[in-house]
Amino acid sequence: MPKNIYSSGNPTAKSDFYVEFMPKNSGGVKIDIQSKTKVLHFSKLKSSCQNTLAELKVEHGALSVIDNGGQYFVLQARIESAIKLASPKNIYESLPVFKKHAQYKSSRNRFRRSRLYLPGTQAKLMLNAGIHKPDAIILDLEDSVSPSEKGVARLIVRNALRTLNFFGAERMVRINQGKMGLEDLDAIIPHNVHLVLVPKVENAKQLKAVDDKIQSICKKCGRKNPVYIMPIIESAEGILNSLEIAKASKNNVAIAIGLEDYTADIGVQRTTQGKESLFARSQVVNAAKSAKIQAIDTVFSDVNEENGLRASVKEAKELGFEGKGCIHPRQISPIHEEFAPSKSEIEKAKEIVIAFDEAERKGLGVVALGSKMIDPPVVKRALQTIDLAITMKLLTKRWKK
Amino acid sequence: MGQKLKLTKNKAGRMVPSMVNGVKSVPFKGVGKHSPSGVKATPPISSCQNYPESGNKVVSSLKEALEKCNIKNGMTISNHHHFRNGDLVMNKVFDILAKAGKKNLRWFPSASFPCHEPMIKHMENGVIGHVEGSLNGPLGKYASDGKMDGLAVLRSHGGRWQAVQDGEVHIDVAIIAAPTADPFGNCTGDRGPSACGLLGFGLVDSLYADKVIVVTDSLVDFPCIPWQIQGNNVDYVVVLDKVGDPEKIVSGTTRLTKSPDRLYIAELTAKFVQAVGIMKEGFSFQAGAGGTALAFAIYLKEMMIEAGIKARFIRGGSTKYLVEMLEEGLTDYILDGQTFDLEGVRSMRENVGHVNTSPFTSYNWHGKGNFASMLDAVVLGATEVDVNFNANVVTHSDGQMLHGIGGWQNCLSSKCTILPIPSFRNRIPIIVDEVTTLVGPGELIDVIVTERGIAINPKREDLIKASKRSGLPIRKIEEIKEEVDDLVGAPLDKPNFTDEVIGVVKWVDGTVLDSIFKVTH
Repeated sequence: MPKNIYSSGNPTAKSDFYVEFMPKNSGGVKIDIQSKTKVLHFSKLKSSCQNTLAELKVEHGALSVIDNGGQYFVLQARIESAIKLASPKNIYESLPVFKKHAQYKSSRNRFRRSRLYLPGTQAKLMLNAGIHKPDAIILDLEDSVSPSEKGVARLIVRNALRTLNFFGAERMVRINQGKMGLEDLDAIIPHNVHLVLVPKVENAKQLKAVDDKIQSICKKCGRKNPVYIMPIIESAEGILNSLEIAKASKNNVAIAIGLEDYTADIGVQRTTQGKESLFARSQVVNAAKSAKIQAIDTVFSDVNEENGLRASVKEAKELGFEGKGCIHPRQISPIHEEFAPSKSEIEKAKEIVIAFDEAERKGLGVVALGSKMIDPPVVKRALQTIDLAITMKLLTKRWKK
Repeated sequence: MGQKLKLTKNKAGRMVPSMVNGVKSVPFKGVGKHSPSGVKATPPISSCQNYPESGNKVVSSLKEALEKCNIKNGMTISNHHHFRNGDLVMNKVFDILAKAGKKNLRWFPSASFPCHEPMIKHMENGVIGHVEGSLNGPLGKYASDGKMDGLAVLRSHGGRWQAVQDGEVHIDVAIIAAPTADPFGNCTGDRGPSACGLLGFGLVDSLYADKVIVVTDSLVDFPCIPWQIQGNNVDYVVVLDKVGDPEKIVSGTTRLTKSPDRLYIAELTAKFVQAVGIMKEGFSFQAGAGGTALAFAIYLKEMMIEAGIKARFIRGGSTKYLVEMLEEGLTDYILDGQTFDLEGVRSMRENVGHVNTSPFTSYNWHGKGNFASMLDAVVLGATEVDVNFNANVVTHSDGQMLHGIGGWQNCLSSKCTILPIPSFRNRIPIIVDEVTTLVGPGELIDVIVTERGIAINPKREDLIKASKRSGLPIRKIEEIKEEVDDLVGAPLDKPNFTDEVIGVVKWVDGTVLDSIFKVTH
């Protein structure tokens, strides 16, 4: 490729675009579009290219686009990426319309049973992701994005956050480690990301740096609603510091463990039984509970092994985890089903909540069930069980009647 | 060539010609409104004294058989498509006819496949005047570009039978490729190196053609048992080294879709069938071999096991998944129209509950009833559906004609027609304001299942009521459309349609439902 041509994408990637830009000093803007569906899409492709260039204040140059069926917000991101490779000092952005369905809020204590990882450059996987009803969707900028696509992934994720409807799923982004991760924040924080996943956290200081940066961006862009944080612990050092990490910021709502890197770090094979990580997982659960946040388990990476997934979720639940990562939409239902409270758990919770109501009504300071005293944390857990049962339609909202 | 024809508006509001390839045709009058009278077409009288008493009708070559048929320019040559993309016979037939200098022949297959791309050369040289039958892939593109001499006439499987019986299409010579045959011409599809299961699509050809040639690569002594096609209708038998490419006839293993969205659509479809009470003891359904339809059958199977319910019959396109249901006692019968994998072929050969059928039993308009209307539910695909539930299976939104109708139109007469379809493909929405080509009238299409919700035809108040408390995502079709339009950036540009007709879509009763117009780029 000649030196002064800047590109983004792969000419043969399906459901995507390939963009080349050659900057020029005069002659205006020339746009060439190759598309198998030109008959249906030419006007919109052309106007999309023109608008993007105009928003980026590009006045001269040759833009060529190969359309393999991507979405317009991806085209916009790829053009912006190529332009910024050509002129890194270009400070303008080409932002798609911020759709109303992308502006809903999250809450601190919501369920985070399933979180679906989606590579930040694979927009086609994002389009229908919310339909499968995961508790959260993670647009990933880290491990699933190749080094050459890091820059454009940021823009695709930013545009996806403004454009797509995730149907109520919590909107998460996993940033990169270190400095690159801090730069990722500039691109995503103003666009209603609910939660930032911070990978490979080893100490509180690292997490504080992320939190501080988030706060300064929020101040700058006028964002009022909070940005939650979920550190992922993936090393021996991180495990041993998990308590200080869990307590490092008031915006921490959960702490997760990543076992692929952790087992590599301690020099063992990851097994199905998971004996090698029992200490680490228990440590993370205890750190989370001590900080009063959620403990979230690692991903189960064999998509075709539903029984294995179910066993793994069952075990996670027994250890005290409240959520699990997933890499395929088909994993969502099994995860939810396994985290669902059992019939006896629900019955017990109902008794406790009724006893609690009774105590309140009578103005008693102590909740009692038969001859047993019930501690406040037990009541809280019972309320959570009831909430979960209602969410999963195992109980109606008006169960007390 | 695209043709500028005098067009009239039919009952569906579509502009259609009243002459198609020189034959007078009736514009669509509305569903159930056309009942022709008179007598059916008949084949010429033949007498057994003119055939060898030994019963041996084998001739030395395909060329000799064709010569004996005394083919003249302009005649109609037909074949069944049970060999699908693995057919090794029809290209040979037309190569021989081309060498013999024949011109302007009409090719009348029950469907064509990409392996028939060489027919384009025969059309360019004038050997084939035009094709009447499903045009898939390269032939579809050729006709879409307005390069074919006559109009493409797209008929359903049942409609093909109707056209022959109405005398609209007279078959001069039928070629029946047969995986196993005897010298008398009895033949079967369920065994032999090119086994394809059954030969039902070739039945009408064997009954109504002037001359019938059976071509096989596995000749057995008389009698060939079972005989799916009767030798009493056959003139000549030809033995070739190889009539089909087994791997392209049936697949060794039928693959399920892995797309989470399509699996979800299939799951929703099965849940719907259960929720509205279709899935009950002794029910029946038909599902094709597309990835989503297969997945639907698998979800339904699990629900049937759980509820302890058994079907009376399932109509296929059979695959190993339907075979498993038969063998596990979840249905009494498979009434099979075509076999898609080796398990289907084996089962048909071995299991009396796996029955070979034909478009006559299943779809025929001029029969005294047919099976399709008895089905409790049928699950089909579509390239487009409009907000009035009209559907298209032959063209894409860009106007290109790329698919045949198959049994799709015939199946619409089932008690509940369900189209499980993704709501968009890349940036092309599937739910549109008006279908590019009308192939299925909306009044016959009951339910659309997309990954963004299930839309029920407002005419089906019973289904709307039955699904009310199902917890399924039932939505208005307009609402789903609006959501998808917003996602993919609709409205799209309109293709530049000319006033030149390149093909027509027939309704199951033989009337003309719609025209396909040439698009300029």
